[in-house]
Amino acid sequence: MNLKLLGNWEIKKTNSSSALKKFGISLTSIVLGLIFAGLFVLLTGKDPLKLYSEILQSSVGSAYGLSETLVEMIPLALCSLGVSLAFRMQLWNIGAEGQFYMGAFGATYFALFFSNLPILVMLPLMLVASFICGGLWALIPAIPKAYWNVNETISSLLLNYVAYFWIAYLVYGPWKDPKGNNFPLTKQFPDSATIPVFGNTRISYAIFLLLIIAIAMFFLIKYSKWGYEIRVSGSSRKAADYAGMSYVKNVLKVMFLSGAISGIAGMAEVSGVLHRLQQTISPGYGYTAILIALLARLNPISILLASFLMGGLLVGGFSLQTSGFPSSMVSMFQGSILFFVLAGEIFNNYRLVRKKA
Amino acid sequence: MDLNYIIAILAAGVVAGTPILYASLGEVIAERSGILNLGVEGMMLVGAVSAFYVGTYTDNKWLGLLVALIAGGLMALIHAVITIVFRASQVASGLALTIFGTGLSAYLGRGLVGIPPTSTFKAVAVPLFSQIPIIGDIFFKQDIMVYLSVILVVILWFVFYKTKIGLLLRAAGENPSAVDALGHNIFFVRYAAVIVGGMLAGAGGAYLSLAYSPSWIENMSAGRGWIAVALVIFAVWDPARALLGAWLFGIIASLGLHLQALGVMIPSNFLQMLPYVFTFVVLVFTTRETKNRRSGTPAALGIPYSREER
Repeated sequence: MNLKLLGNWEIKKTNSSSALKKFGISLTSIVLGLIFAGLFVLLTGKDPLKLYSEILQSSVGSAYGLSETLVEMIPLALCSLGVSLAFRMQLWNIGAEGQFYMGAFGATYFALFFSNLPILVMLPLMLVASFICGGLWALIPAIPKAYWNVNETISSLLLNYVAYFWIAYLVYGPWKDPKGNNFPLTKQFPDSATIPVFGNTRISYAIFLLLIIAIAMFFLIKYSKWGYEIRVSGSSRKAADYAGMSYVKNVLKVMFLSGAISGIAGMAEVSGVLHRLQQTISPGYGYTAILIALLARLNPISILLASFLMGGLLVGGFSLQTSGFPSSMVSMFQGSILFFVLAGEIFNNYRLVRKKA
Repeated sequence: MDLNYIIAILAAGVVAGTPILYASLGEVIAERSGILNLGVEGMMLVGAVSAFYVGTYTDNKWLGLLVALIAGGLMALIHAVITIVFRASQVASGLALTIFGTGLSAYLGRGLVGIPPTSTFKAVAVPLFSQIPIIGDIFFKQDIMVYLSVILVVILWFVFYKTKIGLLLRAAGENPSAVDALGHNIFFVRYAAVIVGGMLAGAGGAYLSLAYSPSWIENMSAGRGWIAVALVIFAVWDPARALLGAWLFGIIASLGLHLQALGVMIPSNFLQMLPYVFTFVVLVFTTRETKNRRSGTPAALGIPYSREER
């Protein structure tokens, strides 16, 4: 390190870092991130503390707020589990937003055009459709990445815009509800295409699906042979080649599954929450998912926790609209937190020690 | 389709390509020094909102542009600190910058939506040159920021290939330890390159809000920052090719807008997809091409430099 201001302390590289220390660093990053973003709020003459307390109040301060936070947590955590799988292999799939849209598209197709199916056939069918659509959408950048090493970061992102306009085409065009007063949305799904909810909340049973996928992901990464291959390929392609693992095949498989899980998130949203396809199905879940994955250090269980936090921030953001702030200003907090999460990473790998005299 | 119509599409294409050109040139500089900055979209948005704010309230577009340059540079400074001091992943930090910039610009611009601009960059015909048939109509009846972008390309080309500073910049991205061994400050070079890169992204944003569509709308860059990043690969990190790419891209975009007026029966949403699909395809083909020629990408791009791990 090229720092001279450390006096008689120096920075030593360490290889291990305790879980508690990691947690402490993450927590500190969040606090510092909120302070940094708060400075911008302060500079423009607003009170950041008031803003934050408003966010806290509306997200976890009431039973309703808490339930809404859980509603937001489902798509966030699913998308985040999706991108984290790709990140494990050092594949920067930042196309979760588009994969989410395409998953919603696949699910909606069956809800609209096979509306007579019984619920026990319909929901699994919608699930499979969203899985495949999300996965295929992720394969589009995966194939050039696997064969010609085309930068998947940019290509997966560009496809988000394509997916967005595809949904726009559908809801403004052929799939628009003729009785919808010209709003860009499809007609409401039949009950058979709707995931049931808990009591009178908006939390759908998709939360079970989320828990199952999170646990499955945990075991996949930690204990399966394929999970091992993903981790090895992620740390060194040479090592993977040497061990006889097919890099190309793994890129395709990982990206497909990564997109497919975000696709499921899209299905969970249209079938569990909105009950129709519309232009505004996501306030940027796919982007927030990236922050969550990094904040959780790609650990599936931590992703659940981080998604809850970010879900709360999102709900708080919606409530800020009533005080005249754009809900998208939440991205400012998210980006700021991510700055400190990334900068804080160095303290996991390095630590301060007193120089020996 | 008559000639005047083609000329109009090409002239509009140059305008549409200009914000992307500024951002691309900035990214070329940053990447040449070895730092990938995916925060272009965020820097453009912050540039756009600050340019519009200052330009409108001071009634002075130049002041707006100046503040956009500063704002873009400050945004880039965050990325520089995270990737150079803390040696964090450049991809992740750039993403964070884009997310941050999207939110910050939405926050700063909350009172600016729908406000009419007071001072904007308007087309100024260049004497004599604008009289040249066809060429004059396409290139020499544009606004000052278009002319400035072309001059910038020439300056950058000269600096890159004909000066010591350019050599140092390119070396920083190719072989940082050699630069360090020669006694140059590699960190300073990278800081400077990333900050100048951010300033140009800010200028690209200013072009959007003070010239291309004078106004402030949340998220008004609509992915242009990402297209600019993709264009750098197409440009093989060369300023002159960035100009070519940006204009080509702009023409495709403006063609898309005009196709409907020409009676082509394609739903408008598909035409809106066109620039992104086009960029995707170009990205795939140029990557294959540069891979075959084994040239282009700065060798140390994306790798944090550390003295102890030399």
